[in-house]
Amino acid sequence: MSELIIKNGFVVDPLQGIKGDRMDIGVKDGKIVETGTLSNPKTIDAAGMTVMAGGVDVHSHVVGPKVNVGRLFRPEDKLFKSPLKSPTCSRMEMGFSVPSTFKTGYDYARMGYVFVNEAAMPPLHSPHVHEEIRDTPIIDNAAMPVFGNNWFTLEYLKNNEIENNAAYTAWLLRATRGFGIKVVNPGGSEAWGWGLNCVNIHDPVPYFDITPAEIVKGLIETNEHLGLPHSVHLHCNNLGNPGNYVDTLESLKLAEGYAPKNDFGRKQVMHITHLQFHSYGGDSWGNFESKAKDVMDYVNAHDNLTVDMGQVTLDETTTMTADGPFEHHLCSLNHLKWANVDVELETAAGVVPYIYSPKVKVCTIQWAVGLELALFSKDLMRTFITTDHPNAGPFTRYPRVITWLMSRAARDATMKTFKWLDKTIDATSIDGIDRELTLYEIAQMTRAGPAQALGISNTYGGLAPGMDADIAVYALNPENMPSDPAMIEKAFSRCAWLVKDGVVTVRDGEVVAEPAKRTVWVDVKVPENAQVQRDIYEHFLRHYSVKLDNYSLFEEHLHNPRVIEVDATE
Amino acid sequence: MPKKVENVGCPYCGVCCDDLVVTVSDDGKQIIEVENACAIGNQIFHHATGGERVKLPRLRQPDGTYKDISYDEAVDYAAKVLYNAKKPLIYGFGSTNCEGMAAAAKVAEKAGAVLDNCASICHGSSFLAIFDNGYPSCTLGETKNRADVVLYWGANPAHAHPRHMSRYSIFPRGFFTGKGQKSRKIIVIDPRHTDTAQVADIYLQVRQGHDYELFDAFRAVVRGHEIPEEVAGIKREQILEVANIMKKARFGTIFYGMGLCHSDGRNHNVDIAISLTRDLNDYTKWTIMAMRGHYNITGPGAVWSWQYGFPYCLDLTKKDIAHMNPGETSSVDLAMRDEVDAFINIGTDAGAHFPIEAVKHLRKHPWITIDPNICMASEISDLHIPVGIVGVEVPGIVYRMDNVPIQYRKVIDPPEGVISDEELFERIHKRLCELEAEGAAKAEIKAAPAGVRAEE
Amino acid sequence: MKTVILTLTNPPELMLEGQNITPDNVAGKKAAEIAALDVWEGKQKSALGTYFAVAGDGGATAAETKIILRGDCTRVKRIGQQMTAGEIVIEGNADMYIGGWMKGGKIHVKGNVDSFCGIGMEGGELVIDGNAGHHLGASPRGEWRGMQGGLIRVAGSVGNDTATFINGGTIVIGGDADIHVSTHGEGGTVIIKGNAKGRVGGQMVKGNIYVYGTIENPLPGFQMVGEVEQEVDGETATFTHYIGDLGERHPTAKGKTVYANLYTRN
Repeated sequence: MSELIIKNGFVVDPLQGIKGDRMDIGVKDGKIVETGTLSNPKTIDAAGMTVMAGGVDVHSHVVGPKVNVGRLFRPEDKLFKSPLKSPTCSRMEMGFSVPSTFKTGYDYARMGYVFVNEAAMPPLHSPHVHEEIRDTPIIDNAAMPVFGNNWFTLEYLKNNEIENNAAYTAWLLRATRGFGIKVVNPGGSEAWGWGLNCVNIHDPVPYFDITPAEIVKGLIETNEHLGLPHSVHLHCNNLGNPGNYVDTLESLKLAEGYAPKNDFGRKQVMHITHLQFHSYGGDSWGNFESKAKDVMDYVNAHDNLTVDMGQVTLDETTTMTADGPFEHHLCSLNHLKWANVDVELETAAGVVPYIYSPKVKVCTIQWAVGLELALFSKDLMRTFITTDHPNAGPFTRYPRVITWLMSRAARDATMKTFKWLDKTIDATSIDGIDRELTLYEIAQMTRAGPAQALGISNTYGGLAPGMDADIAVYALNPENMPSDPAMIEKAFSRCAWLVKDGVVTVRDGEVVAEPAKRTVWVDVKVPENAQVQRDIYEHFLRHYSVKLDNYSLFEEHLHNPRVIEVDATE
Repeated sequence: MPKKVENVGCPYCGVCCDDLVVTVSDDGKQIIEVENACAIGNQIFHHATGGERVKLPRLRQPDGTYKDISYDEAVDYAAKVLYNAKKPLIYGFGSTNCEGMAAAAKVAEKAGAVLDNCASICHGSSFLAIFDNGYPSCTLGETKNRADVVLYWGANPAHAHPRHMSRYSIFPRGFFTGKGQKSRKIIVIDPRHTDTAQVADIYLQVRQGHDYELFDAFRAVVRGHEIPEEVAGIKREQILEVANIMKKARFGTIFYGMGLCHSDGRNHNVDIAISLTRDLNDYTKWTIMAMRGHYNITGPGAVWSWQYGFPYCLDLTKKDIAHMNPGETSSVDLAMRDEVDAFINIGTDAGAHFPIEAVKHLRKHPWITIDPNICMASEISDLHIPVGIVGVEVPGIVYRMDNVPIQYRKVIDPPEGVISDEELFERIHKRLCELEAEGAAKAEIKAAPAGVRAEE
Repeated sequence: MKTVILTLTNPPELMLEGQNITPDNVAGKKAAEIAALDVWEGKQKSALGTYFAVAGDGGATAAETKIILRGDCTRVKRIGQQMTAGEIVIEGNADMYIGGWMKGGKIHVKGNVDSFCGIGMEGGELVIDGNAGHHLGASPRGEWRGMQGGLIRVAGSVGNDTATFINGGTIVIGGDADIHVSTHGEGGTVIIKGNAKGRVGGQMVKGNIYVYGTIENPLPGFQMVGEVEQEVDGETATFTHYIGDLGERHPTAKGKTVYANLYTRN
């Protein structure tokens, strides 16, 4: 079948420890192969360019009900802000901060990404998530159902019934064709059912007699009991508020004493997402300051944790999260339109537009906090680039985030636009950091690290023979990096080549093919559990508004699946 | 042996009951019994096999009669109409599945058409309010499990959504609402004393067309301001009493209907209802929900939002960018202003629902109806293409009024040879691509569509 | 200043979208180049010259360019959209979006216009001798930053939803206004010299409205606070002063709550 050889590029593959060696990469039938096995390959000349595995996004809101609310209720996010349809793509591309599904797929591909993990799937809405996955071209998607406010989970963990919770978790992953355990503001989103919140990890959930701390620990135990590919993926309590780094450190400490147990090469027991939003000092917006150093000191010292940035990009964007009380809080600060969706027995969600302005002190401090997290990191295999798309900015700004990380000059140029530059410098450490990350470190943060943390590094995130032939070629010469940082941004925005599953998909920054994308999900075998079966039956009989038999995703609504099997019957 | 199909979704209203049990005859050709459905839902199932169905597309003849043609011929006709028109309009989608809506969007984008759904003449004003003010809402199970105050404003579910009150709002016993109706306060605000008002604890007869003023009064009171002695026909004491109940609720839901969307001010009535809901969340928990009409009229808003970012009134005529502005790109406005030159009516009955002036304008141009049944639109069309009935003969995903996706089943096969909306649009798309390729090759001047036009 | 005269000689069958008819797009172009500008009738893109006879060349810059439209432009939309400078005179009627998202310059329509005119306006002057439709000087759908600046003057009456989300600028209406004026407004001034139907200033945070005639259905959220004498649009008169919308949120400045002001002429 189809063969390709990518010749003479500077190969950067942290999973194999390859640091820019000039090598050829062979592709046959959608997989990476030793070049010696090729008979008559087409050649891609990558001389003078950087070759990496296709990008892997650990946390992004790209498909599902709250993303779609964000699209629906912001027509102004399209007006004069959408590009004209590319003649080489099959569909129109609409939207800026919350792009249409088609634009999402095309833009990720243009940046050289091949795998995107949808960060929050409300289980009741899983058929919706899978419909959007079908309409998101090119990139493979997984989606994490949310567990941190789920009544089954709260009830089992209150009684410390880890096995029952594990059986329920396995059932829900199958019912929703989900990927892993997402936890958003544990307990707080359930409290939001009454207009309340859990403001710290010891604040009990109304009526459920359990604390956020107990929920998180119980879910870590559940996750390791099952041995899932990914770890618990936590959005901490008290997001976005001055002084919340204290709560964040307490949340991080919940993982102490736990070791990973899985067959997928994952090394952490907890992934903390969009850490930027959780690393604030001060006790008011007046003395708001960065505590990135304190938080990263802890992360650096504990290798059973991974984190992603949630970098503020200084754009007008749309915030959306299952953290319902936070979005209500936000709309009372900026007075903009507010959508909310509480989901029975499971979760909540809120959506509010937000403008991160370089003229606003809090916003520019937030910008610095995100970058500090990465620049203070001692292990970039555990620190990943995200913007918590679209919360801190759209994912299409990853190239700019990379540029800020790779270039002090780029950071300085951005800081020159700040209205409150002195106050921003005073409240952060950013001005004292000269560190500039290397292409190898960027590859760690954008493919090798996320793939390892997601437990999919046997397939994605690297260039070893046998892995999927997902290869991005960037017009950057590591031996002669451009002096103008804008050129770095340009190179990462529009890759020179993207090969996806062995198919040339992007060429010179333009999408030229739309190969079939996949839905990646995790199927866990667990022992029969009559109690959990009965609990499920009861809750659907009495409390859900849909029938149990209509809740689980019908096979016909799962599109091009790639199942990861886990046996937890032992 | 007759076969029972369980957990069947009902293709009638936005309540999307998914607990129907349908008994089908031995040969799988007759629907014998439908359990759990309301009278209207029941009728939809029986209608499928109860009488004669149109089994082939029908093309209008010079003598005004219809002649059966093949699906291939119908697809060719439809594709040519779309290809040749300067600004075709594809409207409807009240009664089909999301798969059909996605396929239709592909056709509209390829053809450079305006794509619109029944919200345009229904809850479109809700979208306008959501654009401007957001939508603090919840799923219906939340109301069932938590609500101790339920407010119906300008909505009459007793007639329009027959099982809404028993499944979700007034009567059911939920997790925190074990006493059912006894644990809930029911408020109905409506100019008419409807059958829904009969079950209310408090009924306010607002003066028709003055809901906005009443909302404004509630908002002022909630913030502790004085209001006049009477607003919109309601005495101050009553306004104060209801405002107090709302503030003291543990969890409340406002369900609103056409009474807000179709009286003066339209979107603004909904908009200020949303503002009141926002205000109340400073004190306790309140949510708001549109009583969407058809079982999947929420669907096109969802599908087209993820495909284009707009829920309705999509002008795709530029083929490279989508534009939406209800008032301009809405079906009735386009028709009244003579702004379109071809019309496809799909899964609705514009013949019955549009103002007669709009219908007259549209009838000046080719009119195609895609619908399982004979309706007013099918009878004034140039071409009628029958399709299978979603929820009875065709499965698929639909969105309930609270945006929850429900997976609908198929109970019986469609009549032999009859295809689904999705397949039909996929075939029209394929034909359009061929026409485009031919046109590009020949660079031909577009001709008037083939086929015979119906007399007006 | 150079003048380009566009005469509609071949009217469109449907509606024509003429967003390219602005001094900005015409400046620096000869008549023949102007005739080649794109216009749209549905999906059909054509040259401006297919519909209009073009006489005269554009000036060197937008500011030095004047466009005169003749013939019945009742079915031509988007004239003067996003213009930044220069002048447009429409000698008869025009359709929707005239002066939409306008930033500067002047448009003078001698007839009537349809809806969405002056929508999203940031600056400049839009003068309409006849009536205007709905959404005059309103914000585009979903946009909370409505009219930012500039002046709209309509001699006749206007439809509903005038000045929704207005943030700045001034709208003067010689005749009557239908329901909803300055809804969600957070700045700017609307002057209605005739009568207003109702819902004047609903959900309004800040800004000013003057009504010389009557308000058929006043809102309960507005409260009378006194009488004031003010100069409005060049004449001084006494007005009854109301504040509101008391149902809406309001900012504080210097320790005092800032309300929207509604003045009715005594």
